Amino acid sequence: MTIVYDDEPDADEIPVRRIRFTINGAKKVAEVEPRLLLAHLIRQGLKLTGTHTGCDTTNCGACTVLVDGKPVKSCTMLAVQVDGHEITTVEGLATASELHPLQEGFKEEHGLQCGFCTPGMMLAAKALLDHNPDPTEEDVRWALSGNLCRCTGYQNIVKSVLWAAEKLRS
Amino acid sequence: MTGTSTATGPRTSPTTSGVGQSAGRPDARQKVTGEFAYSSDLWLDGMIWGATLRSPHPRAVIDGLDIGAALRLPGCHAVLTHDDVPGRKVYGLEHADQPVLASDQVRYQGEPVAIVAADHPETARRALGKIKVSYTELEPLTDARAALETAAPRVHDGGNVVRHVKIRKGDPAAVAELVVSGEYQVGMQDQAFLGPESGLAVPAEDGGVDLFVATQWLHADRTQVAACLGLPEDMVRITLAGVGGAFGAREDLSMQVHACLLALRTGKPVKMVYSREESFFGHVHRHPATLHYEHGAAADGKLIYVRADIVLDGGAYASSSTAVAANAATLGIGPYEVPNVRLDCRAVYTNNPPCGAMRGFGAVQACFAYESQMDKLAAGLGLDPVELRVRNAMHEGSVMPTGQVVDSAAPVAELLRRVSGRPLPPAAAGTDRDIRGLPGGVSNTTHGEGVVRGIGYGIGIKNVCFSEGFDDYSTARVRLHLIGGEPAADVHTAAAEVGQGLVTLQGQIARTELGVEQVRVVPADTSIGSGGSSSASRQSYMTGGAVRAACEQVREQILERGRGLFPGHEDLSVSGGKLVSARDGALAALADLLAEPAEATVTWRHRGTSPLDPQTGQGDAHVQYAFAAHRAVVDVDTELGLVKVIELACAQDVGRAMNPQAVEGQIHGGTAQGLGLALMEEIQVTGGKVRNPSFTDYLIPTILDMPPMKLDVLELADPHAPYGLRGVGEPPTISSTPAIVAAIRAATGLALTRVPVRPEHITGTGPERDA
Repeated sequence: MTIVYDDEPDADEIPVRRIRFTINGAKKVAEVEPRLLLAHLIRQGLKLTGTHTGCDTTNCGACTVLVDGKPVKSCTMLAVQVDGHEITTVEGLATASELHPLQEGFKEEHGLQCGFCTPGMMLAAKALLDHNPDPTEEDVRWALSGNLCRCTGYQNIVKSVLWAAEKLRS
Repeated sequence: MTGTSTATGPRTSPTTSGVGQSAGRPDARQKVTGEFAYSSDLWLDGMIWGATLRSPHPRAVIDGLDIGAALRLPGCHAVLTHDDVPGRKVYGLEHADQPVLASDQVRYQGEPVAIVAADHPETARRALGKIKVSYTELEPLTDARAALETAAPRVHDGGNVVRHVKIRKGDPAAVAELVVSGEYQVGMQDQAFLGPESGLAVPAEDGGVDLFVATQWLHADRTQVAACLGLPEDMVRITLAGVGGAFGAREDLSMQVHACLLALRTGKPVKMVYSREESFFGHVHRHPATLHYEHGAAADGKLIYVRADIVLDGGAYASSSTAVAANAATLGIGPYEVPNVRLDCRAVYTNNPPCGAMRGFGAVQACFAYESQMDKLAAGLGLDPVELRVRNAMHEGSVMPTGQVVDSAAPVAELLRRVSGRPLPPAAAGTDRDIRGLPGGVSNTTHGEGVVRGIGYGIGIKNVCFSEGFDDYSTARVRLHLIGGEPAADVHTAAAEVGQGLVTLQGQIARTELGVEQVRVVPADTSIGSGGSSSASRQSYMTGGAVRAACEQVREQILERGRGLFPGHEDLSVSGGKLVSARDGALAALADLLAEPAEATVTWRHRGTSPLDPQTGQGDAHVQYAFAAHRAVVDVDTELGLVKVIELACAQDVGRAMNPQAVEGQIHGGTAQGLGLALMEEIQVTGGKVRNPSFTDYLIPTILDMPPMKLDVLELADPHAPYGLRGVGEPPTISSTPAIVAAIRAATGLALTRVPVRPEHITGTGPERDA
């Protein structure tokens, strides 16, 4: 839909879209400006601050979330694009009683230092493990090649994901 | 307590997560669940948003500033300029030379000129757009060596030299059989932490302000912020917010004063969060350097002299340039014994972005040059590069060019043997290889044709803690009390956890020293004395030392109580939650002695250091030296100039691996930053303007760039340091860069005198450097 105005519209006439989506299993309805970024919907609209923004330009991957199971960088997706879709953020990884094996893996294998990249890393890794339960080190590296970490040199991140893969298989 | 402790083992039984064990991070659970609050996640009802107007010009006179239209914008709460700074108008870590907001001139592109607060980040940005600044642009001074010329325009009234460090040792006219010389350049590297600058300032009822911010040094922030606000220090209270990496970039102020000014002016909590682009303008970078070296050696390879001239581009403001210059100078010949040294190192002002602390500050730049020289010398002598280094290797008892005797382990030769003795990764050859393992990867630029393997070595030296007589200390409070009837320790310091694992270490020390399992590390804030900076690889040493000393005092209080309850027992200790007599075993549960809590606060200092003699650079300036060596194996596509690092091996002496897993993590991460400097990381500055302020254009290593690592961690105790430990964070960043470049040289036969090495340096198809 395109709306063309003859004169400058009042601020409250800025078109707002109603979207329905599921986030971490919970159904939500939101009214959003079409230009709103998914990352801002998640961080400011839903107050889920575990999704981090590190670069604003789709390079660092700290804002990675899953949309219908696929990893996307939420700083470069519009909120209106998740209408009718299912989002998973880091807050949706653990159950009430236990951590996801990826979360355990990053803890056990010292896969994080400052931890800013960790949520994005884990979600990108989840997308890998969901379709490849027994990845090689090379597979892990390729799956995480869109996510930057400045602290770990990636060595323990690879170990953490392989740890989780093994746990999930057993 | 003041003074030093000798390295003694723990006097209580180790727990399952005490010193020397890979204890888990206490913040790991929060960090993997997303609950951990980084400074950018802070939120208060009613808060408003700050934003900064920055100069588009590297050098200009400000003729006028009109804020009227910005102030009239609905939703804009405040617009502040230089005139609104109530206290000292300038700040700085070493010299207060940097304006909080520019007054009559700007000295670098990105210099803050005005700040606004508004009801929404976008309103704030629109308000910035409505501020009119009239500039008269001036020709910027952008060449650091030109800045030394007498005719050069002066960036500051005192002249363009921030500091000139001279090192003079031995015979200035020494001659040698073989002489090699070279000029080397190091580009401007960015710390590129992932969590941009951010914080929340909250005005307080007493007229003061509470600031929650990601920083490396809470008390240095407070001193500067309070001075600029014109407030007594106790009215500025700083609490560490979650830090998304630091690496030196958070040692200087960024948004701290600005957010506090806006909060005090509006009476509302003010949050500021930099974008990635603003982050590139909002913190200092690694000093670009030009280094001229001449090495003279005997026919057997023994070094006879080193002469060097180093110029560091400090940019527009001093930041920590004086310390960077001292490191580059005092560590400037590397971990080698050289009888005759003449070295000059100057840090200068220009109109380039300000430079200051970054992991390995000063030592990184020098190491690229002196290690390049060692390879050149080895080639000239027909010697193996490792053998040449071993023949000149410093060791315990060696004398630095400053005259300081190295009085603890300096296993330089051993570290070189460790990395060079490792099996090499399998040789790859042919043109039917998996492209994912080749330079260029899935870009499908080669199937193996034109690809040549090279191997290179590098070793570096770094000082640990603050040097040159600086009153360097950390403060710790430890309180042992009962929680639910069980003994538990609270540890409180102002030392910044920036990702390195200091919170883990504090808990480990308390567990080991007090024999308790339950430890809570209280959030760092300025309600306790300074912990000093989380920089210079110093926190394990300094805050580790302070926590241990406080634990010792608490333990002594407990033992005193024990001696009162059990007269005649002079051989008491605490272990496993019990008061134990060496003769009679357990006498009482620790809990029985804690009806009253036991508490101690200790200010702990490392042993003293001396200033450098200004004419000769002589002096016992450093507390401790640390060493790491790397071997790099690379494949180079010699046709396209693309490099794939195949493997990095590192050997480092850490004195005592306080937490082996965390030590390895530091070595991995430090090595990766050195790889970045070798191959890709450079802030491109042309005419004083930054051309690549984004992660699209400023590249840091990805998981595909960083190869698997092989580590050797040596533990040769330093008798002067707590637990014998040696600072870990910086050394691996220093030596990985020259090792990788040496490997590319070995593969290509090229001189490669500049980092980062770009494809056109290898193919010879581009300009060496267009400054």
